[in-house]
Amino acid sequence: MPEHWTVRAITRATLPLLVVLSMVELGSGLVLGSVEDTLLASPSLLVLVPVTIGTAGNLGSVLAARLSTAVHLGTVSFEADDDALVGNAVATFALAASVFPAVGAGAWVTAELVAGSTRLSPLRVVLVATVAGVALAVLAVAVTLVATYVAYVRGLDPDDVVIPVVTNACDVLGVLVLVGVAAVLAP
Amino acid sequence: MTVREVAASAYREALPALAASVVGGLFAGAVLGGMRAELGDISGLLVLVPALLATRGNVYGSLGARLATGLHQGLLEPKIDLDDDRLRGAIAAALANGVLVSVLAAIATYAALTALGSNPASLLALVLIALLAGIMSGIALTVAVVSVVIVGFRRGLDPDTFVGPVVTTTGDFVGLAVLLLATRIVAAALGGI
Repeated sequence: MPEHWTVRAITRATLPLLVVLSMVELGSGLVLGSVEDTLLASPSLLVLVPVTIGTAGNLGSVLAARLSTAVHLGTVSFEADDDALVGNAVATFALAASVFPAVGAGAWVTAELVAGSTRLSPLRVVLVATVAGVALAVLAVAVTLVATYVAYVRGLDPDDVVIPVVTNACDVLGVLVLVGVAAVLAP
Repeated sequence: MTVREVAASAYREALPALAASVVGGLFAGAVLGGMRAELGDISGLLVLVPALLATRGNVYGSLGARLATGLHQGLLEPKIDLDDDRLRGAIAAALANGVLVSVLAAIATYAALTALGSNPASLLALVLIALLAGIMSGIALTVAVVSVVIVGFRRGLDPDTFVGPVVTTTGDFVGLAVLLLATRIVAAALGGI
């Protein structure tokens, strides 16, 4: 982090990563664009887009922040039987399994309020959100473990690297998984 | 701690912030669901949404982290003083980078859709929408981040623990609402798109 907080120094430090991340996000935008007609015809799926992206990113960033702290404190070993590792992974699944059904129900109600008649039944939307959420929890755990481990092995501060990488990866995966699950369960 | 204890404490600590972000996300979803007419009319707008939202999070999350570190290190006085060179530099850099990356994303969206044989809205329209939305959401997020981080620090809180959720939640409430506003302004100014 530059000591001199000038526009030039901060831009030089952050702009390259910002541009790369926005181009990766453009990839997930193109996936959304490819199913635009389905999304416009099913407002509950459209409502699910930002909330799924945000919740997946948050699940990943919470796990990343906790693992980063554990790395700093030296309380994590990256073994398959490590209690801190397994416990945090279990918590991520439990959080996804309890939050995403509510996300689905909330999305259906929101779509009903803003768009009137919705194409999909509430149960169907809850099912799409829950399946997508649990799949995303698996991916968020995998991405976070790999990113934290790489940062740890290379001696990078996980706080600087892991959180932006994990949050943006979970954003993109959120769109891909939601579009994939919706194509199967709510064609 | 056993696995069960670690999992239970991680679950309890994360649930409130996650639940709050779901409420913000549903608001963003309501705005997106309510702008189907604009999304249908302006081809490429939906493609731009993830890049614009992520740029907000990345730029202003980084501003928040920078301010928090500066306060911890004593580089920054815990008061909102726009004559302070460091604070002014950090804010100007965030606004400039946020707007620049938004405009780049609009140009890249136009280029990608054209290359894929789609027929996007005009480059001018997409760039103007990204520019206006970038400026408006940048101002809102700067005010939220700077005031919350500095006031929180002065009250003895560690900004590192709440700056992430503040950026996410403000971004959810402001990001898409501002995109809709920008789209309507540009559509009116260009006389339909």
